[in-house]
Amino acid sequence: MNRLLLKWNVGLLALPLLLWIVLLIILPLSDLFISSFQEKVGVGVFEWGLGNYQAFLQEPFYWQTFIRTVLFSIIATMATLGVAFPVAYYIAKVARGRVKSMLFVLCLLPFWVSELVRNYGWMIILRESGLLNHFLMKLNLITQPIEFLYRDATVMMGLIYTSLLFMVVPLVVVLENLDESLLEASDDLGGGRLISLRRIIIPHAMPGIVSGCIMVFMLTLGNYLTATLLGGKESLWFTEHIYNQFMTRWNWELGSAMGFLLLVVSSALVWLGLRMTGQKLNKVMT
Amino acid sequence: MSQRSVKVLAGIHKLYIVFFFAYLAIPLILVALFAFNDAPYPALPWRGFTLEWFLGNKGVFQDERLMDGLKVSFSVASMVTFLCLLIGTLNAFLFERRSFPGKGILYFLMLAPLVVPGVILGVSILIFSHTLTNGIEGFLGIETEILRPGLLLVTLGQFAFITTVTTLVISARLRKFDRMQEEAAFDLGASHLHVLTTLTLPYLKPALISSGIVAFLMSFENFNTTFMLVGSDAPLTITLFDSLRQGATPVLNAVSVLLILASGVLVAISLFVQKVDYILDEHSK
Repeated sequence: MNRLLLKWNVGLLALPLLLWIVLLIILPLSDLFISSFQEKVGVGVFEWGLGNYQAFLQEPFYWQTFIRTVLFSIIATMATLGVAFPVAYYIAKVARGRVKSMLFVLCLLPFWVSELVRNYGWMIILRESGLLNHFLMKLNLITQPIEFLYRDATVMMGLIYTSLLFMVVPLVVVLENLDESLLEASDDLGGGRLISLRRIIIPHAMPGIVSGCIMVFMLTLGNYLTATLLGGKESLWFTEHIYNQFMTRWNWELGSAMGFLLLVVSSALVWLGLRMTGQKLNKVMT
Repeated sequence: MSQRSVKVLAGIHKLYIVFFFAYLAIPLILVALFAFNDAPYPALPWRGFTLEWFLGNKGVFQDERLMDGLKVSFSVASMVTFLCLLIGTLNAFLFERRSFPGKGILYFLMLAPLVVPGVILGVSILIFSHTLTNGIEGFLGIETEILRPGLLLVTLGQFAFITTVTTLVISARLRKFDRMQEEAAFDLGASHLHVLTTLTLPYLKPALISSGIVAFLMSFENFNTTFMLVGSDAPLTITLFDSLRQGATPVLNAVSVLLILASGVLVAISLFVQKVDYILDEHSK
């Protein structure tokens, strides 16, 4: 009797979780998958087929943007790691006491402000009538204003800016636990800074590096705001194609195929990242 | 390595940190600054200090679209926060207090929403709600408006991934709870409900407050998922995005200042609660 009661109890407690996961994640994603294999043959008439994927491959504009988005996301992830690592190391191992907690909080603060506002700040600085041009002209370095927006480099800078938090936090957490006596030992044994970095610090920080990279890659790949506001038409992101298929072209089936491709690449690289470093998703996330 | 080059390296590192924080702060500082410039465009030259863009006739409080967006965002975020805290707490009890077959798989599925890009989550919920609406119409002959793009779908879409965050935060706190206290209360004859409301939930309070604040802010600032599910009532981020594409005005800077201040206050509360939480933990050890 008691065991039966306990079973009911677990079932009831699990019910909201199951409803959430099934109704809002599994079924919608399955529907996306199914829809991507549907071809419109008439008004409200559909047939099964690979037509949407063919359409995607036959239009260079689509698959080129796709490849570009994936490559850019990988580069942005690596760059974010490069920018964030010295900062995380400083917060975790160089700064002490109040300065340490202050720097950490200062690092977090900008990311609590909407991504829209952050990008707006960059727009004010970088556009043709922006502050950067104003200063460059005042200093007589240029005579004509330059449009800094809508360039790949600008998008990259914006993506790094947007992603930093998700890299700094996991890195600080792992570096906090690094035993300093290991570094001293390496120093005493004549290992230079580079050797310490390569043989001690980086292996120790690997869980943080992996979770940071996974989060950043995913967020960059799925980014919409930074890519649209700083990149615009000159530097198109794949999510913009997906949005256009759904909202302006009303081709939901092609949009689904594109969305599914993005999901596959995103999941595959997350899986690969975990696999290469021998880690588990639930360990990385918590 | 010589003493000197160690010093030089440390100096370079410090300089890098200074540049890094400048890079973080400058866009936000400039957005805020130009909300107070007495000029119709957020650009130099500086034409003097004004509060016109906040309090004036064309200021942010007179802008009906922005104010409507603010109201919509506020009600959506409140609803999402409530739902995420409720389900997050139930999930925390499920994963921390119960063992059952398939727990590992369920935990993995609970984490999954975090690795689905927001745009994809949005469009998949859009398609599914469309399928449901058509299905209901086909089988029952009833036209349902409720599952069309709009605030219900926006709320559900945000709830779909923010619940993972609240579940993780509340679970982490629950894991630290000393169950001997509950056992003692049961031994003294307290009922389950009584123990829950007077012992366990108060212990979870710091986690509930800080994850509630995180959920509220995540909902308030969400764009990707919201953008795909929005109907005629647009939350503030959508309204801001549309205005921004039409051209920058100091009113947008004024809204940004309000957003920066509001999130600053909320984050301060969250940090304060966490600190109290930390101190209490240290004392109870």
